[in-house]
Amino acid sequence: MTARYLLRFGTIGYLLMVLLIPVGLVFYRAFQHGLGPAWDAVTTPGAVHAFWLTILIAAIAVPANALFGVALAIALVRHRFPGHGLVNALVDLPLALSPVVVGLALALLYGTGGWLGGLATHGVKILFAVPGMVLATIFVSLPFVVREVVPVLREIGTEQEQAASVLGGSPFYVFRRVTLPAIRWGVAYGIVLTMARAIGEFGAVSIVSGRIEGQTQTLTLYVKDQFDNFDFTGAYAASVLLAAIALITVLAMSLLKPKDGA
Amino acid sequence: MATSPTVAAAAPGRAKSLAGAALGRGILAGYLSLIVLVPLAALVWRSGQDGRHAFWSAVTTPQAVAALRLTLVSSLAVAAINAVTGTSIAWVLVRDRFPGKGLLNAVIDLPFALPTIVAGLTLLVLYGPSGPFGIDVAFTRVAILLALLFVTLPFVVRAVQPVLLELDREMEEAAASLGAKPTAIFRRIVFPNLLPAILAGVALAFARSVGEYGSVVLISGNLPFKTEVSSVYIFSHIESSDTTGAAAVSVVLLAISLAVLLAIGAFRRWRDEA
Amino acid sequence: MRGISIFAVIVAATIVGAASGATQGTKLALVAYSTPKDAYGKIISSFQSTSAGKDVSFSQSYGASGDQARNVLNGQPADIVAFSLQPDMSLLVHRGLVPGNWNRDKFKGMVTDSVVVFVVRDGNPKKIHSWNDLTKKGIDVITPNPFTSGGARWNVIAGYGAQRKLGKSHKQAVAWLTKLFHHVSVQPDSARAALTVFAQGKGDVLLTYENEAIYANKKGVRTDYVVPKQTVLIENPVAVTKSGAKHAEAKAFVKFLHSKKAQQIFGDTGYRPVLSSVARQYHFKKPAGLFTIHQLGLGGWAKVEKRWFDPNNGIMAKIEKSLGH
Repeated sequence: MTARYLLRFGTIGYLLMVLLIPVGLVFYRAFQHGLGPAWDAVTTPGAVHAFWLTILIAAIAVPANALFGVALAIALVRHRFPGHGLVNALVDLPLALSPVVVGLALALLYGTGGWLGGLATHGVKILFAVPGMVLATIFVSLPFVVREVVPVLREIGTEQEQAASVLGGSPFYVFRRVTLPAIRWGVAYGIVLTMARAIGEFGAVSIVSGRIEGQTQTLTLYVKDQFDNFDFTGAYAASVLLAAIALITVLAMSLLKPKDGA
Repeated sequence: MATSPTVAAAAPGRAKSLAGAALGRGILAGYLSLIVLVPLAALVWRSGQDGRHAFWSAVTTPQAVAALRLTLVSSLAVAAINAVTGTSIAWVLVRDRFPGKGLLNAVIDLPFALPTIVAGLTLLVLYGPSGPFGIDVAFTRVAILLALLFVTLPFVVRAVQPVLLELDREMEEAAASLGAKPTAIFRRIVFPNLLPAILAGVALAFARSVGEYGSVVLISGNLPFKTEVSSVYIFSHIESSDTTGAAAVSVVLLAISLAVLLAIGAFRRWRDEA
Repeated sequence: MRGISIFAVIVAATIVGAASGATQGTKLALVAYSTPKDAYGKIISSFQSTSAGKDVSFSQSYGASGDQARNVLNGQPADIVAFSLQPDMSLLVHRGLVPGNWNRDKFKGMVTDSVVVFVVRDGNPKKIHSWNDLTKKGIDVITPNPFTSGGARWNVIAGYGAQRKLGKSHKQAVAWLTKLFHHVSVQPDSARAALTVFAQGKGDVLLTYENEAIYANKKGVRTDYVVPKQTVLIENPVAVTKSGAKHAEAKAFVKFLHSKKAQQIFGDTGYRPVLSSVARQYHFKKPAGLFTIHQLGLGGWAKVEKRWFDPNNGIMAKIEKSLGH
């Protein structure tokens, strides 16, 4: 019996120390001087721009990864093709790879002297501009939809799809009426994870952004820059904004989570 | 039956769908290549561009080695700690019952959702020199461990939970009724079933720790040979124009990531067979 | 259906994004190191109210000096570049991004001056006044990493030069530097990061630019600073890049930086103006043992970069290696 209480309070204590108190403290520090200064800090032109830039990048990265994620999942589960293992590895790699390595890889590819460095000389700005940050964000948030849809696809099997196909349904029809409804909760959960990862990206965009005030600062970069400039209220306020978004994400996650806890 | 007309109707549709499938595969391959494969290829290329000798010496400078050692040791330590704490938390969340458990369960996902730089800021504020509880571990290796423990919290928990949920308790109950102690039951019956899941979660936590940047960069202090992890080393070598050095160490991290992915795949197959 | 409409949105967004690049008036890109951010913000507004700067808009990027130089090399658009030390400018000159005659004006291309100072806790409790006080037992010194920070290089040269000014030989001065670095517990990325660390309560003394110390005080950080008797004159370069040279407004802006108005703004934000008529209005301490990068056998930045800061064979690299216990 005591073992159970020990375990219970031990784990709660651990969670408090490592997770809950730190996050709570940031909320406290942000509003320490009142709601007014915190609101002012979050509504400066720099902060507002950073917020919208973050949203814009996510608005491109998330649908792209949702679309291609579903397609990749179907390809991986339902089709046989050479390079299956490679595709699997590439899809999972962003989960295990340092964002700094991602940023460097992109900087090497699109920078002066890189294989695609010529793009910049022809006026197509990738690095130090939004497209580079979008590419970095797509890279790091790639796996989530795929990884959520693959097990669902495996589980539902091909029976229904085959039946619909035999009865005359085109592949597109089969996808829309049979496959998609079956995987939609997996897709939704994957989208929430993708969105969280995209909004939270820091290391890779740090390298490719060029830190152009009001142009290539996302909310995460804004937090670091404000902190560096001793504008602590600004840093904490932006952090609270991000933390609030994270809390909403966590709520969405717990609502949409596949019931077997995967 | 209407077999003949349906078969006849299906034939031209089938040819179209085959062409469509090939196009689709081409687009998917293009997407993956552009986003993931080509940048990483450029990285590997650049790291070797100055020759094998330059690559090797970049990877074996004392500072790079120190950073890599610190990174690996910290990541292993964090993985080991997570194996214990993650399993305990999963156990409490599945087997125990108390008010607020649902909330606690949801909160576990917070490190997934919270940007790493915010995590770094929160830890600095709490465990740094101006922290309210008088604890100051900023700019030490303990701080690195704390940051890594924060960001890797969910991995083992979420890997173990589903397995625990699915576990058939008959064997445990049978063993208990035969007089076995709880620790023995755990060790002999429950743990072997959890092991593959624990290992998969641990591997993911390890991989994440090796590459972690945002939460560590504020609190580590960047002291060469003391508290500089590989990701910070790479970042500062990008800034100081040592592209070969940065690329070379990046390739080492890339290789570690790939190795860990292989291991995770193996653990997952083991779990699915169990 | 949904997939196609999503695609359309993405395409439209990209087109809109690309099109918004076209605006009226001249757009100039300023890429600078981190510390003069406030100053340049004010100077740009002031410039825009002159006839030369009427229709000019600016994009501004600030970061660690070397980092910014690297970014420009890697393709970051820049019409005007401002760095914390000459080598970062030389990097761009060597690669042909900045014209070779950038420093052939009466200010030798420099736009502001400063000195290396000691930032200490309020009231200077540890009584730090001279360089040798830094190596007293138990003193915790903060300086950025010399391989990523321009400011850190000024610190190293200041410390070395101070010892030479006190009569030590080259070897003794380098030995003293090694001793100093044994007292360094943290080497953040950049001068600004080092100031942040110190402000957070870490360390007894911070080596940094005088204007950073003044900036910290303005931002409410409770510190004092000491101008040591011997220290190095920090000179910060600014230049119009080759791409910026296409716009007369870029040259006009750099000229404006040397005007009374701009130099006053620099002075107000803690820099030492290079325009002597403006410098007289401020009461910056003039250290008796002030020296420049061209004196004491240092030989100018090109020599110093090679001898001191080569990442493999430089004197600093050897010192850092010897710290690797």
